[in-house]
Amino acid sequence: MNHHPQSSQPLVLGIESSCDETGVGLVRGTRLLANTVSSSMEEHVRFGGVIPEIASRAHLDAFVPTLREALAAAGVTLDDVDAIAVTSGPGLAGALMVGVCAAKALAVATGKPLYAINHLVAHVGVGLLEPAPGAPGTCAEKAPQADGSPANTLPENLGALLVSGGHTEILRIRSITDDVELLGSTIDDAAGEAYDKVARLLGLGYPGGPAIDRLARTGNAKAIRFPRGLTQPKYMGTAEEPGPHRYDWSFSGLKTAVARCVEQFEARGEEVPVADIAAAFQEAVVDVITSKAVLACRENGVTELLLGGGVAANSRLRQLTEQRCGAAGIRLTVPPLVLCTDNGAMVAALGAQLVMAGVAPSGIRFAPDSSMPVTSVSA
Amino acid sequence: MLILAIDTSAVASAALVSDDSLESVIGSFATEDTRSHAEVLAPGIEQLLAGAGLSGADVDVIVAGVGPGPFTGLRSGIVTARSLAFVWQKPLYGLMSLDAIALEVAESTEAAAEFIVATDARRKEVYWARYALAGSQLPHLLDGPHVGFAAGLPDLPVYGAGAGLYPDVLHAVPEFAARQPEALSLGQFALARLAAGEQLLDTTPLYLRESDAQVPGPRKRAL
Ligand SMILES: [Zn+2]
Repeated sequence: MNHHPQSSQPLVLGIESSCDETGVGLVRGTRLLANTVSSSMEEHVRFGGVIPEIASRAHLDAFVPTLREALAAAGVTLDDVDAIAVTSGPGLAGALMVGVCAAKALAVATGKPLYAINHLVAHVGVGLLEPAPGAPGTCAEKAPQADGSPANTLPENLGALLVSGGHTEILRIRSITDDVELLGSTIDDAAGEAYDKVARLLGLGYPGGPAIDRLARTGNAKAIRFPRGLTQPKYMGTAEEPGPHRYDWSFSGLKTAVARCVEQFEARGEEVPVADIAAAFQEAVVDVITSKAVLACRENGVTELLLGGGVAANSRLRQLTEQRCGAAGIRLTVPPLVLCTDNGAMVAALGAQLVMAGVAPSGIRFAPDSSMPVTSVSA
Repeated sequence: MLILAIDTSAVASAALVSDDSLESVIGSFATEDTRSHAEVLAPGIEQLLAGAGLSGADVDVIVAGVGPGPFTGLRSGIVTARSLAFVWQKPLYGLMSLDAIALEVAESTEAAAEFIVATDARRKEVYWARYALAGSQLPHLLDGPHVGFAAGLPDLPVYGAGAGLYPDVLHAVPEFAARQPEALSLGQFALARLAAGEQLLDTTPLYLRESDAQVPGPRKRAL
């Protein structure tokens, strides 16, 4: 394909299908026009976690209706679109396949250029959307840049903390179109996954995040102390000589510790203090996420942090992130929740940045990559 | 009538067929492997159209093989067909993918009056369906599609790659022992059936198996 639009305000259609949300979004330059999401979350409830095959089946059936709805919401047609962007990874392989094949078919049918987008970098891309007065789903909290630069450029020294059911990462973004570095990530479960597993242990249902967050407010977080994974000196090292997991997380040991704690209460024939366990678990997760994220920011000169991913909805995570960023002199931005969870608008937003930067489209021969590294902003 | 047919129930394939052209074939492609659908399908369709000097506007009907077949590959063709039909605003139909091989059997010289078509369902099972031939009619589906062990199939000649995998337990027809469903035969079948005024399916995939998800049991309590 040799289309190469360099329109100053390109209209980009974004498609997301990496997990359980089928998302189609439309963005013109940095302006959000539509953000339509169809979630299969309800279908996963009885399994206590996302079942990839169920998510993939739901994507197949949701795609065209979601596309139609997004176009109608934006008041545009596919003819008007300058480029198409699709999440090509990381994510669930079978789920990615549906969105990628759909996007390629749209590219063939319309002749529009196609961009294969990194899902994690797209989470950062929503930070570029302008606040639309009164419109829900835009970055209302975004203050004007202190240096007077326009709102559609990312600040220098930008980091992003992404916390969701599928991922937990801290990124450093020097250029959103071609220079993103992974500072740290979970080495086992994602934080949201840990919430789901612990909620199941405590009989709190799915999704675990909101259930635990709610119950934790009534519990005593200090009643029990759960371990913070990968915080021992051998993993941390020092700023000068970092250990192997200085900015990484691990939540599998924490989950085991919660299970053991519950068993001990039961073995003693005592009532399980569910609220205290929920509060102590949440504190352990949030404490280790925020302390390592802030450490990574400080040691890498990150002074602006964007919080993204579905777990950004967690009240304690927001609170402690704000508190610790404040203390470290880091300015925090939290996009509205509809843009934090997986959606097509974030894919469109990053796609528009790539078009505006003159990056060549990906063509239609790329393969989805379930473990696409953040160093590949687009394929 | 110009039909764009797509089948990804095993290999990735697409074809343009028309009642205006010789043997009804305008062009087709099919991969040999069963794992590159996402990469090759869209470029293949683009080349097919370009090679024939046609565009989406020239297509009258889109048909997709709806399986049975391994799920991820199967969906790649169906979502492609649905998306193309949405943009081009064309009628969209589904065909059972095993019909593609059944038509090829019907057109072969030594076709049995009643036979089975089987493809690889992995996990030591096959997808299969039973067909009958009468005179010069199109193959008629008697039973299926099903998924199951090769040893459980009715005692009839079996055509298709599913037969070739289990020659010890069923009557595999050698000439068809590696045959996979392909869009060209599927498109020709669609053309013939539409010409005969028959109804086709919609594009709901024929998964035949549940998602494998297990509802977690109650947690075992200590003591
Ligand atoms: Zn995400």
